[in-house]
Amino acid sequence: MNGERAHRLSGRAGRALVRGLPFLWLALFFLVPFIVTLKISFSSPATAQPPYLPVLDWTSGPQGWREFFEALDFTNYEMLAYDSLYREAALSSLAYALAATAILVLIGTPLAHAMAQASARMQPLLVALVVVPFWTSFLIRIYAWIAILKPEGLLNAALLRLGLIGQPLNVLDTPLAVLIGLTYAYLPFMVLPLYAVMSRLDPSLPEAAADLGASRARTFFTVTVPLSLPGLVAGALLCFIPMVGEFIIPDLLGGSETLMLGRMLWTEFFSNRDWPLASAVAVTLLVLVVGPVVIFRNAEERREEALR
Amino acid sequence: MTRLNRLALALGLGFLYAPILVLVVYSFNASKLVTVWGGFSTRWYGVLFADAPLIASALVSLKVALVSAGIATVLGTLAALALDRHGRFRGRGAFTGLLYGPMVMPEVITGLSLLLLFVGIGVERGIATIVVAHATFATGFVAVVVGARLKGFDRSLEEAAADLGAPPWRVFAGVTLPLIAPSFAAGFLLAFTLSLDDLVIASFVSGPGATTLPMRLYSQVRLGVNPEINAASTLLIGAVSVVVLTASWLTGRRGGAAV
Repeated sequence: MNGERAHRLSGRAGRALVRGLPFLWLALFFLVPFIVTLKISFSSPATAQPPYLPVLDWTSGPQGWREFFEALDFTNYEMLAYDSLYREAALSSLAYALAATAILVLIGTPLAHAMAQASARMQPLLVALVVVPFWTSFLIRIYAWIAILKPEGLLNAALLRLGLIGQPLNVLDTPLAVLIGLTYAYLPFMVLPLYAVMSRLDPSLPEAAADLGASRARTFFTVTVPLSLPGLVAGALLCFIPMVGEFIIPDLLGGSETLMLGRMLWTEFFSNRDWPLASAVAVTLLVLVVGPVVIFRNAEERREEALR
Repeated sequence: MTRLNRLALALGLGFLYAPILVLVVYSFNASKLVTVWGGFSTRWYGVLFADAPLIASALVSLKVALVSAGIATVLGTLAALALDRHGRFRGRGAFTGLLYGPMVMPEVITGLSLLLLFVGIGVERGIATIVVAHATFATGFVAVVVGARLKGFDRSLEEAAADLGAPPWRVFAGVTLPLIAPSFAAGFLLAFTLSLDDLVIASFVSGPGATTLPMRLYSQVRLGVNPEINAASTLLIGAVSVVVLTASWLTGRRGGAAV
């Protein structure tokens, strides 16, 4: 029986290791950094190394700790709240992300539906075709749009040749270009979760609707779409959250006029070297994306409970 | 398939591939003007291979991607095992939050906060800090891929081994590991491409002397469109396509949907 006990003990130690290793790594490099960021968002910028004040010295004793905490304040957040530039950036980040999510739902739903309706032999190929761009460099895919959208670019060349427009359109460096970029870059994130749900739908349900005389459109909107809602919500969240903090797309396609928080954080950090203000922007951004997610998930849970 | 479905597929896939196609085609353009076709040429590939700083940054990226993908594969596999095997353990909610959080977190936040941590504890920034950052955000992706494999596998094989008296570590090494090995490779490849692709996080946590390929490309892209970048992009797209096809072949037909 001793051997069995040894098994159980080594089993328990093994389980602790299996859980503990990733947990410790992620706590140290994902959770702790947020706490550090939160702390620095209450600091003031300084021309020093590191470029912020106060710096906590653990060995300074209780007196030193108290002085440290007293030196922290809300200046950065006050600045964010009163500076209209930041208010606008926060609002327009949310607006861009919401608009792009809505477009993605409109484009992604028919695409995922068509994939799920394809023959069983075609489906893996179609999934791979949607996955390949998702794995291809984000930076490169956005860069590709510059050559298409710029005034002397391919879009204008094509439209001019077709005689649809008299003179080149200005698309690059406008909000429209940012929306195109967001939609393009995040389409796989919307399609894949939707497809995962739609491909597992019981085909007898739309068939039943059709047998009862519902048109194809009516079947799609009253049977398929409501049943695919979990995939739709997952896809929307997967797109919305990173889009609010997007940097590369507004930077390359949006011109200097486009205000988005991710880009302001970048500028504060790299150009102005104001680390505390950049931290405050990060915390604000985090609150902005976590808020909608919590509301969404609560609504989901209530809906599921209501269905039960 | 109805005509509407066919139209949706054509439009959707056309939208996804048209820009990539434009990029690839114009990388073989003899003209320096990206939007004017000047005949077929491979001269930009020659320019690319003579660009020493670009090659050096590609090597940095490869190094970072290999090591960080290795770490992420180990951590992600352990995490997937914990979620699949340990039932409702204490702290499970926090565990999943930590695991999947980095996957959706805006990159500027992850990058900035990791940098502040590194500065706070006085770590010198360079290749090592990029490796740590990439391993952290890729772990969740590996866990998803490996987790999908664990869910779809026959537990009775493990039980049989245990009934025959194999200790837990032998069951794991002799039965579990070989069965989930393909998803390992797929997870590794995913972590590898994610690392190879990252611009934002690397820009924050890198130090002098550690410039990755996306960082180098970005500094050139900001100056405008240039055919040498098209050539570099085409090579990257080719490499990634090979990797994706290998990965979906390794995981079989169900793995593709897991990504």
